[in-house]
Amino acid sequence: MKKRTLTVLMLMAGSVLTACGNEEITEPAETTTAPDLSKVTNEYRDYAIGEISLFVTETEKFAEAVKVGDIELAKELYAPARAHYERAEPIAEAFGDLDPKIDAREGDIPAAEWGGYHRIEKGLWIDGTTEGYEEYAQQLIDDTKLLRAKVETVDVTPDMLVTGAVDLLNEVSTSKVKGEEDRYSHTDLYDFAANVEGAEKIFRLLQGDLEKKDEALAAEISVRFADVYTLLNKHKKGDGYTLYNNLSETDVKELSQSIDALAEPLSQLGIVTEAL
Amino acid sequence: MNDFLNKEVSRRNVLKAGGIGAAGLLIGASGAGSLLTFTASADKSSTGIVPFYGSYQAGITTDPQNHLYFASLILTTMDTSEVKQFLKEWTKTAAMMTEGKSIGKAAESLLLPPDDTGEASGLDASNLTVTFGVGPGFFQKLNLTSKQPKELKELPSFSFDALEEKWSGGDLCIQACADDPQVAFHAVRNLVRIARGKVQLKWTQAAFQRTKQADTKSETPRNLFGFKDGTGNPDTSSHSAMNNHVWVQNGWMTGGTYMVVRRVQMFIEVWDRTALGEQEATFGRHRDTGAPIGSENEFDPVDVNKKDVNGNKLIPANSHTALAHGDGKKKILRRSYSYADGLDTKTGSFDAGLLFISFQKSISDQFIPIQTRLANNDKLNEYTIHRGSAVFACLPGVKKGGYLGETLFY
Repeated sequence: MKKRTLTVLMLMAGSVLTACGNEEITEPAETTTAPDLSKVTNEYRDYAIGEISLFVTETEKFAEAVKVGDIELAKELYAPARAHYERAEPIAEAFGDLDPKIDAREGDIPAAEWGGYHRIEKGLWIDGTTEGYEEYAQQLIDDTKLLRAKVETVDVTPDMLVTGAVDLLNEVSTSKVKGEEDRYSHTDLYDFAANVEGAEKIFRLLQGDLEKKDEALAAEISVRFADVYTLLNKHKKGDGYTLYNNLSETDVKELSQSIDALAEPLSQLGIVTEAL
Repeated sequence: MNDFLNKEVSRRNVLKAGGIGAAGLLIGASGAGSLLTFTASADKSSTGIVPFYGSYQAGITTDPQNHLYFASLILTTMDTSEVKQFLKEWTKTAAMMTEGKSIGKAAESLLLPPDDTGEASGLDASNLTVTFGVGPGFFQKLNLTSKQPKELKELPSFSFDALEEKWSGGDLCIQACADDPQVAFHAVRNLVRIARGKVQLKWTQAAFQRTKQADTKSETPRNLFGFKDGTGNPDTSSHSAMNNHVWVQNGWMTGGTYMVVRRVQMFIEVWDRTALGEQEATFGRHRDTGAPIGSENEFDPVDVNKKDVNGNKLIPANSHTALAHGDGKKKILRRSYSYADGLDTKTGSFDAGLLFISFQKSISDQFIPIQTRLANNDKLNEYTIHRGSAVFACLPGVKKGGYLGETLFY
């Protein structure tokens, strides 16, 4: 970013100095053209919209189960439905007003305003009921549909991708790895895995461009993603994951450290936006 | 353009340079270059520069700085080339930080995290030293056991040891000492970041001494029991004393030394209700002066056989000083710092004590006999408990152009 500004200034200075007489302006030594990443951003846009669309469908199923009072079905659908949201979080979170309505945890917002997924989660796992939660379920359907409509308007930029990839892992480090995301259902590992998958999607889309800049970095990131999946696979259970409260202290530390080891090199992804 | 931005930037001046703004920098590359390489003038008290490069690592015979940040690390790679690579980066980075310079490239892209974490920006070198060591596990993990010094093995268990895994061991260590706590922490943080994915934190300890500002007479520092600690150290300004007691003189470890770290919790509430006479009998020294019991001055010789008129030993045989002194021939270089880590939640007492650090050329010949005597009989054991323990081979010093551990991999 700053580099571009500097070069523009340099060109201006050059033109001032050479204004009287000489037509030729000396080209700066390095090129200023940022690589064209529009293909990548378009592909990511499609991916994110696809995930949000699935999120809407799966959320409807979940919310309907709540509305008809099928606690077991609702519990079963809860974590897999959320995974779609967690994968597309860089885009989903772009709407500051909707994210808290859908995904706020208890205490994040004033109690009177608290609704969404985690409000219903508490009903299902702590209170063991859906009674009185029908309205939250309907509101959740409305909010996710609104999100789907708004997502169409998002302008996906390369900046959004490079910061989004690390942000997804930061989400894991600060909440999912501590079991603070799904504190009643303990399904944190579903969200954990989905965040990692969302970050990996961005990396894979930019991998080719990154390899042109720094092959060793791209290789290191690939290895670190594989390390994280190896650890996650240890905790697979059926189509999903074991509950967070089944993890030992060692498991948690291992998972946390593997995210740190991945996120540090991934934080250099921004070099793809620099001129070659 | 890039070369010019990659020039080493003194932390104190990076802000000034930034303040001038991009346009200012473009007026003339040569002028700007000299601006950026201008070094902050160092004042001798607490803002000085301790050279990183030399025959020995700094931070061993260096006058103890006010603050310590210590990190023990686990090696998570078995690939020697990866290890060599981060040791090379650590060398460069540590050298820059000890000169009070920002590390890596100047932050120029808004889409990348800055190379330097920034909390030491604008701060001077603060006499920072960064000292590196490797533990027994380092050799095992890298399949270098043929190079593992015989001296470098886990300590035997001593009487009353209450060691906890969370305060013990480590494959590598970084000891950062500085006259500013933020400068010390910054050093460890950035080094760990550089090696992330190859090392993990095992345990860390922030610790302190009196500050030089407060201690205008440069006295021997006092521990949290209020007694002077380090009086019996060998003379760090004497080459022969250091060669006799500290520096290894053969093999790849030539110019290195062995480090013992013990996290010693001190029951300060118990100590505080102990009468002065009992306190002095426990240490074998007078609290006020630090002199051996029955002597006038701190540095008066320790005579463990000196008796009072009734024929009783002046310095009790089970006192800390008598036992540590032994026959007076074996010495270790102690460079300990106090810690205060909140409270022991079980008891509500302070969790405070000493991060004991000693350097010696032979752990088996120097530290172990002394610690065995202390562990078996020291009256001080009533007031302390050893919670953590680690041993490291402190690598030989690095010559400019070389890197940490070079002689080991050669």
